[in-house]
Order: sequence, then structure tokens, then C-alpha cells
Amino acid sequence: MSELVFDDVTVRYGNARTGHTAVDGVSLVVPDGAVVGLVGESGSGKSTLAKAAVGLAPITGGAVLLDGVPVPTRPGRRPVQMVFQDPYSSLDPRMTIGDSVAEAVPRGTPRAERRAEVLRLLELVDLDPARARAYPAQLSGGQRQRVAVARALAARPEVVVADEITSALDVSIQGTVLNLVRRLQRELGTSMLFISHNLAVVRYVASTIAVMREGRIVEQGPAEQVLGDPAHDYTRELLAAVPGAVR
Amino acid sequence: MTTVVPGALVPLADRPAARGRWGSVLRTPVGIGAAVLLAAVLVLAVVAPFVWGARAEAVDTDAILQGSSAAHLVGTDNLGRDLFARTMVATGLSVRLALTATLLTVVLGMLLGAAPLLLGRRAGRLVTAGIDIAVAFPGLLLALFFAIVFGVGATGAVLAIGVAGAPVFARLTSTLAAGVASRDYVLAARVAGVGRFRVLLRHVLPNIAEPLVVNATIGAGGALLAFAGLSFLGLGVQAPDYDWGRLLQDGLSGIYRHPEAALAPGLAIVVAGLAFNLFGEAVAKGIGLTSATGVVARRTAGSDQQPVTGRGPVAGEPVLDVEDLSVVFPGAHGPVRPVRGVTFSVGRGEAVGVVGESGSGKSLTALAVARLVEAPGEVTAARLDFRGTDLRTGGDRAHRRLLGTGFAMVFQDPMTSLNPTQRIGHQLAEGARRHQGLSRAAGLARAVDRLRSVRVPEPERRSRQYPHEFSGGMRQRAMIGMGLMGEPALIVADEPTTALDVTVQRSVLDLLAAIRRSDDVALLLISHDVAVVREVCDRVLVMYAGRIVEDLPADRLAAGRHPYTRALVATVPDMAVDLDAPLPVIPGRPVDPSAQPPGCAYAARCPLASDRCRAEDPPLVADADGRRVACWHADEVAAGAVDGELAAAGAAREEVA
Repeated sequence: MSELVFDDVTVRYGNARTGHTAVDGVSLVVPDGAVVGLVGESGSGKSTLAKAAVGLAPITGGAVLLDGVPVPTRPGRRPVQMVFQDPYSSLDPRMTIGDSVAEAVPRGTPRAERRAEVLRLLELVDLDPARARAYPAQLSGGQRQRVAVARALAARPEVVVADEITSALDVSIQGTVLNLVRRLQRELGTSMLFISHNLAVVRYVASTIAVMREGRIVEQGPAEQVLGDPAHDYTRELLAAVPGAVR
Repeated sequence: MTTVVPGALVPLADRPAARGRWGSVLRTPVGIGAAVLLAAVLVLAVVAPFVWGARAEAVDTDAILQGSSAAHLVGTDNLGRDLFARTMVATGLSVRLALTATLLTVVLGMLLGAAPLLLGRRAGRLVTAGIDIAVAFPGLLLALFFAIVFGVGATGAVLAIGVAGAPVFARLTSTLAAGVASRDYVLAARVAGVGRFRVLLRHVLPNIAEPLVVNATIGAGGALLAFAGLSFLGLGVQAPDYDWGRLLQDGLSGIYRHPEAALAPGLAIVVAGLAFNLFGEAVAKGIGLTSATGVVARRTAGSDQQPVTGRGPVAGEPVLDVEDLSVVFPGAHGPVRPVRGVTFSVGRGEAVGVVGESGSGKSLTALAVARLVEAPGEVTAARLDFRGTDLRTGGDRAHRRLLGTGFAMVFQDPMTSLNPTQRIGHQLAEGARRHQGLSRAAGLARAVDRLRSVRVPEPERRSRQYPHEFSGGMRQRAMIGMGLMGEPALIVADEPTTALDVTVQRSVLDLLAAIRRSDDVALLLISHDVAVVREVCDRVLVMYAGRIVEDLPADRLAAGRHPYTRALVATVPDMAVDLDAPLPVIPGRPVDPSAQPPGCAYAARCPLASDRCRAEDPPLVADADGRRVACWHADEVAAGAVDGELAAAGAAREEVA
């Protein structure tokens, strides 16, 4: 069982007078094996919430709990992993993709085992293991993002936070990453917090959807209910703004 | 605004091996000159004692303090020793001391500079503050201070110069490291549980190594000069040892009788200092080079003309008429053509969308039309008419005036297209004052009016604000308002809503539609988002690998006759997509503009590709309704005979690339 719980989490930047509350008392549960979609516009605090979950943002109130225990943020094994938005900046340009993935494999794994694990992970994300020696610049955006997914999985996470992982990609390859996320999630049963501003994308991967605005969650519930029968005005506004279907 | 150049298709920082860049340094005249000079100095430093060592020490009391002669090229010193030999031999000690001091500077500087990353926030801040204070003292003053502290002599001077240089180097290291430390790949490593020290060694240092090496090289030149200075003042090397500074001091006493004794070591200092500095500068320039170097080969007439028929449907007199437009950039391996023979026109009041993947040439087409492609890019066209005026001929000023008033350009990121130090109202008024000769007051009044027309609330107050006080959507409105200061016949919008949120996107699109209707303005909308284009535009140009592959009415997008159009439309997830099926994808990746295949560029990804497709590029053919398509299999696609193949290709699991 691995359940990620945001318990009344607040993230404030700056001092009391001029500071800015990015996340304001958010409570959210990512149940075991489920995908929770988090939607909202830029500046709504969804990326800050993601960063708080992996220890990249200072939590000023509340707690992020994994199975009832605060998520560890010290060097060492990290059970909550994150896939970043831009695969062009999230991979070290001077490291081979194999090394990047290997780095996230838990410490103390013997060398040979580590290498085998890297090849297995690359295969898992539909990349030719023979390309482990390639540098990020030799890969397309979609392929890089799959490397980033492999790196997140290398740490054997219990929860994966995916922050706008398709918004830097062309629509033509966006599908490959989304298909991969769905397949892996089904095969591995990893819990996932999937953040996107694109409602159609969230609808495709998430079973539960939370809508965030100005640091607060204004609505959450099963995907069909939130999208089909939105309770909050803001959710309705978001739905109305989606460009019409082409087909 | 940034122009897309092929060299930048692979961002410089992402290149795996720096070898190519260091190699390119050696291909510039300054680079090769500096490298040769530096190599000569270093070789001399090693070899000189063996060649001239004996002569430099040979005391000859018969030839004391002589001027230059055949026997002694630059004369002798007060013991009759040959000064030319001594100057040469001094190279070794001078260079060795300078390099030792530089090494000390680099090691100390890197330790101090990296400390903030390792120590955590509070202790790190303390170190940074210490560095900042130390940087405030002039380097030479510090060197003199430490020279006294560490004692007179070569060792003392090495320590003094090494320590005095450390703060600046530390500042450089910490600034560069802080920049890299906030990059996503460092954050990703931290999330993966990698410790601080390993992050520093594996991610930060390799990515800041190049500028550090360059600065250390330049620093070595500085250390050489500083050493000569200290020795000259008597604080450095002590007799019987000698370096250039020491020789300079000895020679100076007799400068009126035979100046060559002082000039020779002086010249040596200048040459060696220059060698280090120039080499460092050349490398810095080489590394900072942002575009590929090469030459645009002149196109031979009719070399690779695309067979073209028809210019697409146009209602009435076209506002914009483009025929056979190409953009060429010099590449490392010959010219690259990211836009290849594009022909289209935009009618009065018509909205034309341009869609395609990144790298398809859609943005570059827009820039070429607006004459915003910068050197070394080169635009060629058989016809480029805007409201009947040929943009290919005539002066730049006339075009600027024409484009300034009749043409509006809206970019993806309004923050980078607005001047952050100027009030919005002034920025809007500036163009109108220049192009329409309005007075200051009239210009401002029109700016307020235009801001109102793009539905900026409280336009009077807002016009006095600065760009940072505007939200993203409001900035984009201001940009559009700026375009409306004249009486534009055409608005070219390049991904105007990509950086905006959906609700803001909606309002900006509505605004563009309203302006088009009320003022009868034509719109060329470039977007990767098929859904947006389909909603706003009358007609859509689908671009692939620098060519238009299909030109069709927006409401017929789903029934395109080109397999690429079908695939592109299918990949856009909408709110009705089947949750149980995988999303359709376009397998493979777009072609590299520098390696265009001979046949259809899409053939490698197309499920219908035949031998003909791979050998022969299909022409863009217009049908009776003016719809155009470039595909050998267009009729089969149109007839629905191959729907099965198209769907199967899209559903295929991404190939193991």
C-alpha cells in the first residue's frame, strides 16, 4: 500500500509582509495505484504542490505523508519521484542517457545489476537499450521524455509526480508519452499525481481530477463527474474554454 | 524575438561533445595565431635552460654592461652575462610561477565558489558574503598585501598572487554553479536522491568547466603580469634566481645607456601575456558562438525547383501573395533550407492557419514574409507581394513604413517583444508617431483608444503602466493593440496563445476573430494546435519539412487528402477521445532540414509510402475548388480506400527508435 496524502499543505515564499502564498491549505489524496489529475492555470500553484511532494519547495504548513509517514527528502532512497515538464532541460547534456538513468538506481546496487536494470528500464519505455550510450541531444523530445520517465522509475518509486510532462512536446509525439504513462501505470500499478493544464490530456490518464485555483483546490472528484457535471464555476469556465473537437 | 536558425535546432548547450567547438577555435585566424604563440612560449619555457642555460650563467668580466652587439644580441648585465640568453632562460621560471599561482587561484576559487552548494543555505550565504567582500578589494592591492604577509621571495609571491586572484574566481564559480544548480537536471538528480557532493561532481562541474578553463587561461596571463610586477618591485624573485620582472628591474637602471636590457624582458612579458590572453579570448569566443559557420551556396537557377501549380483559392485581390518562397541558412555541411518553395496567398479579410510540427518551417515562413529573417539567413522568392507592393525590391525604409502601418506581427511571448523599461502607452504610440507622423498627444490618445479596442480595462490608467504590471493575456492584448495602431490589412500571429492559459487563450482568440470581422483584416495564424486553427481560420495550410503539403478549408481538416493531415488531426486529444484505446501517434520523427530525402519528406513515416514516394517528391496540385495537396496517394485517401491503413499506423506502438 502506498498512499500519498497532502494534509493541509501550505507553501509560502518570502517573508510575512511581502511574501506570496503559492499553495494555501491543500488537502489531497493520491490513493494506491490510482492516477489523480491536477488541473489549473499557470500560477495556480499546481507545480509548487508537485515540488513540495518531492522536497523541492519549502513546506510552511501541513505535511506531505506517504503511508502516514512524512516523505523523506534527504539524499538516499526517495519513494516519491518526479518527471519534469521540459525534457530538453531535465537531462544533463553531458551525461549519456544510460548514466542519467543509472544515477537514479538505488545506491548499493552492484554494477552489473545496475547496468542490467538500466537496459531493462529503457526497454520498458520503448527505447532501444543499445542507445544507452547516446547523449540527450541525439534524441527527439518524445524520446527524451521517455528517458526521464525511465529515470523516475529507476528509483523504484511508490508514487510518481508528473508535472506537465507533455506540454513541451509536439502533439504528434504527445500521444506516445501519454500511451506510455497509461501502459506503465497499468503494468506497474504505480500511484501517480498527473499535473496538466490540458483537460483533454488529464481526462485521458486520470481517474480522479482535482481543480486548483489561486493556491486552493476548488473541486475534486471522479473524472466523469468533474468533467461531466462540474460543481464549481471555475471548472465550468475551464471546460468552456477548451477548443472544440476537430472530428 | 528570436530567429530560428538551423544551427540552433540543437541548442548549443545540449551538444554532447565540445570537441567540435574547441576545434572550430583553431580555425579562426586569431585562434590559430594565439595557439601557436602560446605553444611557442610553453615550449620555450621547457627548452630554454638546456639551450641557453650555460651562456646565461657565463660570467665575462671583459664585457660588463655592454649594449647590443653581434656577440650579445641585447647586450650584457653587470657581470657580463648575455642578456638574450638570460631572457630566454627566464621564460621557464616566469611561466612556471605564473601557472603555479593560477593553479592556486583556481583550486581556492573553486573550493570557495562551490562551498555554498555543499554547505546548505545559511552557511552558504555566509561564504558568498565573504567572497563578495573580498571581491571589493582591487586584485593588485590584495597581492601586495599578501606579498608582505607571506614574505619577500618567489614562494611568498606565488601565494600572494594565487590567493589574491581567488575571490574573483570564486565569484565566477559560484555564479555559474548557481545557474546550473537551478536547472531541471540538477533538481531531477536531487529528487533521485543523489547527494550534494555527487551532484557537484557529476552535474555542476562538467557543465561549468568550459568557462572556468577559459577564465583560468586568461587569468594565467594576468598572473604572469602580476608576477613581473612584484619581481620588478623587488617583492618577487630574489637573486641569484631571475625572472622577467627581475631582469626588467636590473635593466631599468641603465635604460638611458642601453635600453635593450630593459626592453627585451619587457617584450617577453608582453608576448607571453598576450599569448595567454588571446588564446583564452579566442576560446571564449569560439565557445560562445551561437550559429553554425559556413557559407550559403548560391542557388543555381532552377536547381531544385518544386513543381508548383496554382496558388490556392483567393477571394478577390490578395493582401499577401507569396510564390516559391525559400529560406536558406548556412550549415556546417552545406546550406540548409528549412523553407522550400512555399506558395500561397491570403485574401482580403481572410483567416489562414498554418499548422505543422516544430521544425516544419511554419514560423520561419511568417518571419520571411515580415522580412524579419536575419543574416546569415537568406530569403528568396519568385513573388512576395504585400498589397500589390513587391517586398523583394526597393529600400528597407519603404518596406518598414509599409509593414509598420499595414502589417501587424504578434509573437508567442509578448514579454520579450515589449520593452520592459517603457510605459505601454508610449510603446504603442512610438510606431504611430514614426510611421504616421502623429504628434505625441495624438499618438497617446490613439494608443488609449486601441487598448480599449482590444478590451484592456481602464485603458487610460493601463497605458501608463509598465509591461511587468500586465498579466500574460493583457500583454498579448497590448501587442495586438500595438499592431492595430496603424490600419493593418494583415495580422501575422505566431503561436499567439501557446504561452497562455486556456481561458485567456479563449479570450485572445475571440478578440482576434472580432477584429477580423469588424475591420476586415486578414489573419495569418501560425499554430501547432490544430483545434485552435480550425476554430479561428477559414483555410489551413499544412506544412511538413519546409513545404506546404496540403491547403484546404478549415472545416474539411478531418477529411484531408494528405496522410499527414489525417495523422496530425488524429493525434490531438479532445474531450471525446476513447479512453480505452491508445492515443493515435505519428510514428518516427520529422526529417532533419539538413538531410532532406530525395522523394516525399513524409514517406519515412507514411503508411502509404510506395517506391514512387521515396524517389519523387510529389508536386502541390490544385483541384477544381482550389484545394491543393502534395501526395501521390491523395485520391486514395480522399476516397476513403485506405482509412484502415492510416488508422493502423496511428495506433501502432511507438517504434523502438
